[in-house]
Amino acid sequence: MTALPSPATTLDGGPSGRGNIRIGVVTFPGTLDDRDTQRAVRLAGAEPVELWHRDKDLKQVDAVVLPGGFSYGDYLRAGAISRFSPVMESVIDQAGAGMPVLGICNGFQLLTEAHLLPGAMLRNNHLHFICRDQKLRVETDRTAWTADYAVGQEISIPLKNIDGRYVADERTLDMLEAEGRVVFRYLDMNPNGSLRDIAGITNEAGNVVGLMPHPEHAVEPLVGTGRTDGLGFFTSILKKLVDAR
Amino acid sequence: MTLDTVKHATETPEAAQPWKELGLKEDEYARIREILGRRPTGAELAMYSVMWSEHCSYKSSKVHLKQFGEKVPENDAMLVGIGENAGVVDVGQGYAVTFKVESHNHPSYIEPYQGAATGVGGIVRDILAMGARPVAVVDPLRFGAADHPDTKRVLPGVVAGIGGYGNCLGLPNIGGEVVFDPCYQGNPLVNAGCIGVMKHEDIHLAKASGPGNKVILYGARTGGDGIGGVSVLASETFDSTGPSRRPAVQVGDPFQEKLLIECTLEIFRENLVAGIQDLGGAGLSCATSELASAGSGGMRVELDTVPLRDSSLSPEEILMSESQERMCAIVEPDKVGRFLEICEKWDVIATVIGEVTDGERLEIFWHGEQIVDVPPRTVAHEGPVYHRPYERPSWQDALQADDAGALPRPATAEALRDQVLQVVASPNQASKAWITDQYDRFVQGNTVLAQPEDAGMVRVDEETNLGVAMATDGNGRYAKLDPYAGAQLALAESYRNVAASGAKPLAISNCLNFGSPEDPAVMWQFAEATRGLADGCLALGTPVTGGNVSLYNQTGETAIHPTPVVAVLGVIDDVTRRTPIAFTEEGQLLYLLGDTREEFGGSAWAQVVHDHLGGLPPKVDLERERLLAEILISASRDGMIDAAHDLSDGGLIQAVVESCLRGGTGARLVVPEALATDGSATGDAFTFLFSESAGRAVVAVPRSEELRFTDMCAARGLPATRIGVVDGDAVEVQGQFSLGLDELRAAHTETIPALFG
Repeated sequence: MTALPSPATTLDGGPSGRGNIRIGVVTFPGTLDDRDTQRAVRLAGAEPVELWHRDKDLKQVDAVVLPGGFSYGDYLRAGAISRFSPVMESVIDQAGAGMPVLGICNGFQLLTEAHLLPGAMLRNNHLHFICRDQKLRVETDRTAWTADYAVGQEISIPLKNIDGRYVADERTLDMLEAEGRVVFRYLDMNPNGSLRDIAGITNEAGNVVGLMPHPEHAVEPLVGTGRTDGLGFFTSILKKLVDAR
Repeated sequence: MTLDTVKHATETPEAAQPWKELGLKEDEYARIREILGRRPTGAELAMYSVMWSEHCSYKSSKVHLKQFGEKVPENDAMLVGIGENAGVVDVGQGYAVTFKVESHNHPSYIEPYQGAATGVGGIVRDILAMGARPVAVVDPLRFGAADHPDTKRVLPGVVAGIGGYGNCLGLPNIGGEVVFDPCYQGNPLVNAGCIGVMKHEDIHLAKASGPGNKVILYGARTGGDGIGGVSVLASETFDSTGPSRRPAVQVGDPFQEKLLIECTLEIFRENLVAGIQDLGGAGLSCATSELASAGSGGMRVELDTVPLRDSSLSPEEILMSESQERMCAIVEPDKVGRFLEICEKWDVIATVIGEVTDGERLEIFWHGEQIVDVPPRTVAHEGPVYHRPYERPSWQDALQADDAGALPRPATAEALRDQVLQVVASPNQASKAWITDQYDRFVQGNTVLAQPEDAGMVRVDEETNLGVAMATDGNGRYAKLDPYAGAQLALAESYRNVAASGAKPLAISNCLNFGSPEDPAVMWQFAEATRGLADGCLALGTPVTGGNVSLYNQTGETAIHPTPVVAVLGVIDDVTRRTPIAFTEEGQLLYLLGDTREEFGGSAWAQVVHDHLGGLPPKVDLERERLLAEILISASRDGMIDAAHDLSDGGLIQAVVESCLRGGTGARLVVPEALATDGSATGDAFTFLFSESAGRAVVAVPRSEELRFTDMCAARGLPATRIGVVDGDAVEVQGQFSLGLDELRAAHTETIPALFG
């Protein structure tokens, strides 16, 4: 079993004297993994901050996570309605200004709907919801959320969705690959028919990352898959933000 | 059309009424007239018809269910017992857990997706209504023959419905069963269970008290779906020549339910309700009459204030509608403002539709005119009670005399090997991952164990690692051979599964699925099963906290096997000590706990190899079950075992194969010289591998703990036989055969996708 890292002790008041690193977790109507994501943030040593879809106020957070779930019941298209919520206006603004944003599952779908990331998600090619422990290869450590991983590292984290098939036109896919913006690929099996086995991507600046699998479900050895392979997302961002201070 | 007001009903005593079409019997209609001293109005008739249905009133089963309240074991964990939306037990550290299993059998046959989806929705609202946050769901499912064309229609729809609804609610699906048997053709059993967690002080009850308190209906608008679901659908035998029942099936919206959950939990946190009830079967008729009946006063409702999806609905239809995702709360006047604010925050429609009165009547008005004026108890709690005749069926003796022990057994090691493969690949014994992978088991981040483990387990407290476990089990084949023993075997298996995971069994809920109560043979099965279950619970010290009865599961004259499904809830002080089923490390020693006898009646082997059902089910020894559970729990707590797997259908070999495949390791087994301590069975490989004797488990013991573990078993008098070791990449039975893990994995995992994928 992997031991959990101790909460970053330097952050109580912190050497910079600016208090905890605050990571916002947005709750939309129908969001499911908000409390799980808050737990993951806490276990990594940062302070989770609840953000509400109706509020434009991001409460001075240092980064934002758009968690998984079925915002607005996935009606119309996953993420298509929540993309227009007040909080997203601020998230889109701040993401443009360089604030780190992570979209997990429904959050990833939302990021594509908001055009913060290219491409779109379609129904899984087998048409079923699929919940499994999914092996991934980390393709880049040059994002705000993956610095703690090594390029080529293989990790396993839960995947659970019905609309997880990543698609984009050939030109976009070529561009993503040429620019090193494919962050994760599915290994061993492609669980949903995603083009080029893509499980997660980033924007040009590397501050916005979206992926379908759920790192927040793999942060404790006791629950879920029994692995802590997802914790690196949250420690990556924490270190980056601490270093930036 | 003139409105059928109370006044109009009094003036037109002889007007013809559609009581028969609404599912009422002639004497029931006469009794309603007697209670009211006049003919009922159309709205009153609608209410009585749904509330006096078998599904809501338990009129045929009540006299037998009584035992669960009479044969109560000493157990101080019970906080709320039978009669509320769900029972509540104390799990320590100030936490209480509520859990329940309900059936949604008939709707799931007619409209598999919506039937199953709304089954999940209904049970989750029951749990929510107790004041708890729902934390996990389980789904015991039974279908017709796996290769029957209609099973290909029903199963994928049911599974997609459970996933589509449950996944969208954010509730991990941690357990359940999938069973195939031709007896469920045309009558699939779709049972849904839910567990909820709260603090003791958060328990809420379904009662309306305090004159002047407001009645608030909140959640979805009321539509025309599900009208008469409980009466004409759930309480009648299917008749293939009748009109389509599809409009009686409700349509679910899980997004609305998710909002309802979060909204309700926030309302609870601010302590804004005096009483609460969900709207499920029988809709507003049920919620208003039950709340008023359980409370101290009366209730007045302005029915025309109910928000509608379809403005043309009649008052009768509004009262009977089973539209989903609705709740009804009783709120003190000064808290109504805040209540409505929270509903607005969550985009949930909330409407004050009436108030609690100091009278004794439930009065309902439609645009100012009175259409209902009834004593609520007569609707909700004083429905008809039937003492249905029951009689041991004439064929029972012949069935029991048809001994499975006389079936031809494999003559060679090769034949034995083939039959092992046949059994582990059979639809009932094969891996159900294709199904359970369509359910989210990770959400909420507290899932410690989920299927295919013996029991599902979730963490309740992140600081202390307190957790709860639940298993559901039933075996219709055993119950058909002997309903009394069959019910106890279902209880024993579920109890054993919980203990195998390391949790201490605390209390049970049940879902009793049977054929038509109007058939004396079915009624005998029901009477025997309930008696067996009540006696069993007394012996095991696990009280019945509540449950559900589903009757009329039959087509024409043919009833399903009697299928009592038992859910056992357990508690574990420290979830880090849970015991998984996987054999993970070479060198772990395998011990068989309990006695193995030549017991093949109702077994998986008899079904798979000989398509046979006859003889007697395995013998029940509840004292032994208790001892086995104590050993399993102690061994888990003290770190003496690495894995444990209960033995049930398929016998030892099925359990070993599952544990090996789960851990990716092989095992070498040796057939012991004696299988039972009383010398009743000598060590033959066939009995060793396929017997389904109860009260057994296989455990993997680390070498360093062997002495301590065997000493404990010896001191407590539990037979523990060393049967092998975890080793290699095959399951080998010495002197008999060896089966490679790859071959076993293929046999075990390919069956279900090949049938339904």
